[in-house]
Amino acid sequence: MTAIAEGYNFAYLDERTKKMIRRALLKAVAIPGHQVPFGSREMPLAYGWGTGGIQVTAAVIGADDVLKVIDQGSDDTTNAVNIRQFFASTTGVRTTTRTADATIIQTRHRIPETPLAAGQILVYQVPQPEPLYRLEARRTETTKLHAAEEYGLMNVKLYEDLAQWGRVETSYDYPVKVDGRYVMSPSPIPAFDNPKMHRMPALQLFGAGREKRLYAIPPHTDVRSLDFEDHPFQVEPHGHACERCGDTASFLDEITDAQGRVQWTCSDTDWCADRVDRGHTGHAHE
Amino acid sequence: MPMNDCTEPLLRVRGLSHRFASARDERHAVRDADLDLHAGEVVAIVGESGSGKSTLLNCIAGRIAPTQGQVHYRSAEDRWLDVHALTERQQRVLARTEWGFVEQNASEGLRLQVSAGANIGERLMGQGERHYGRLRSSAERWMQRVELDIDRIDDSPRAFSGGMRQRLQIARNLVTRPRLVLLDEPTSGLDVSVQARLLDLIRMLATRMHLCALIVTHDLGVARLLAQRTLVMRHGRIVEQGLTDRVLDDPQHPYTQLLVSSVVAP
Repeated sequence: MTAIAEGYNFAYLDERTKKMIRRALLKAVAIPGHQVPFGSREMPLAYGWGTGGIQVTAAVIGADDVLKVIDQGSDDTTNAVNIRQFFASTTGVRTTTRTADATIIQTRHRIPETPLAAGQILVYQVPQPEPLYRLEARRTETTKLHAAEEYGLMNVKLYEDLAQWGRVETSYDYPVKVDGRYVMSPSPIPAFDNPKMHRMPALQLFGAGREKRLYAIPPHTDVRSLDFEDHPFQVEPHGHACERCGDTASFLDEITDAQGRVQWTCSDTDWCADRVDRGHTGHAHE
Repeated sequence: MPMNDCTEPLLRVRGLSHRFASARDERHAVRDADLDLHAGEVVAIVGESGSGKSTLLNCIAGRIAPTQGQVHYRSAEDRWLDVHALTERQQRVLARTEWGFVEQNASEGLRLQVSAGANIGERLMGQGERHYGRLRSSAERWMQRVELDIDRIDDSPRAFSGGMRQRLQIARNLVTRPRLVLLDEPTSGLDVSVQARLLDLIRMLATRMHLCALIVTHDLGVARLLAQRTLVMRHGRIVEQGLTDRVLDDPQHPYTQLLVSSVVAP
């Protein structure tokens, strides 16, 4: 464990800021999927590197929490390592790479493969919280569209995909409807992960630092991916197996090595390592 | 009900005045406008630039809150609604279900970043249509109806000419069969032959769909061709109104006389 850095408040942010963020989070939980504005602070890293997620984690983390940070499913990428060290040095909490052991999981671009349990909190880093943004750039207008539940526009985007490509080409940040009311951006997680949000027993919190918005999905809430009756939402299987653990059902990354050979491995490193420990093998071991 | 339809108007405007906050002294953009619109009737508002035509239209559409006066609309459930007393949400619902608005500049009324088909389908999706096949076939049907080539259904309206964009805008508005359509100078900015074909189209659709339309134009020819009744506006006031043929052939007000005599005949 890293020594706690001196001269900083617990979890870096001052208590009044954390209180402000918690109040915004309470509102966000009370209105699932609704974007709540908050006074996003300058953080010691650039926008786009997870400032929103860090502020949410800082606001909810306590001394007894166990933190896991992933980036694209991996615990070992620069972003994940930095954020994990940041919290280790400003709070002194225990960190882990094991999904099941964590009480707070901050994530960028993935939901862990291991099903989350009640009592856990999943914190997403969100670059663009507004799902209607690409079709309607005016904030004042999108706020009205959400208020009036005018979501025809969202289907225009899906229609456009079908018309141009014959199928919905949106493979990440696939819009969802939360609790039958608000259309929400799930952040740039693959559409593959969308079904995991539906009635998840864990609390899901979303922070967009640059855009200064928070939103949330309380445990066991309905989360439906938008679709057409005659083109229902579906997750397409990869048709590959992980080189290390042989899994065919988890989300796989395509990796090209120096010889130009293509390999597929689990994006969730903890999931993969756990399977290897339990004796599963892929081609790499044959 | 049908009896009622003939006698009771669809839209009733009473004592409508509007003065822009930035206007000098007591100048009103619209002053004391009264008008009734009946189902199945096409009415033109003519007048020179700055006479208050578009302001009146925007007040009726609920886009501008008038300084004085009321706009009442008889809804599909046969209830009178005070348009400006509705909540913004109710106004928006009305605007995308029972009303249509054709903008002078088609790029304001269209979404240029999505295809023609998506433009036509948007209002349907807004009303809850979630079947791609059906959306597709209504888009095709409407493209045919407004004489656009259905092979261009997946093209962006950016690639369309001015006349084609205006046709697309009309299709996009009429696809949900609105009861009242407001048109703001739909043919200006187009060349004469394109104008003539577009007017033909609007006239045909108005008759076939039994539309109630209010069309703002500075072109007396447009009024002559499309409208059963015409209102003449000057300096914010309606100076004369009546059957189009009567107003244009036997103008009573000196301004209307001037307007009619100013038409350049080739």
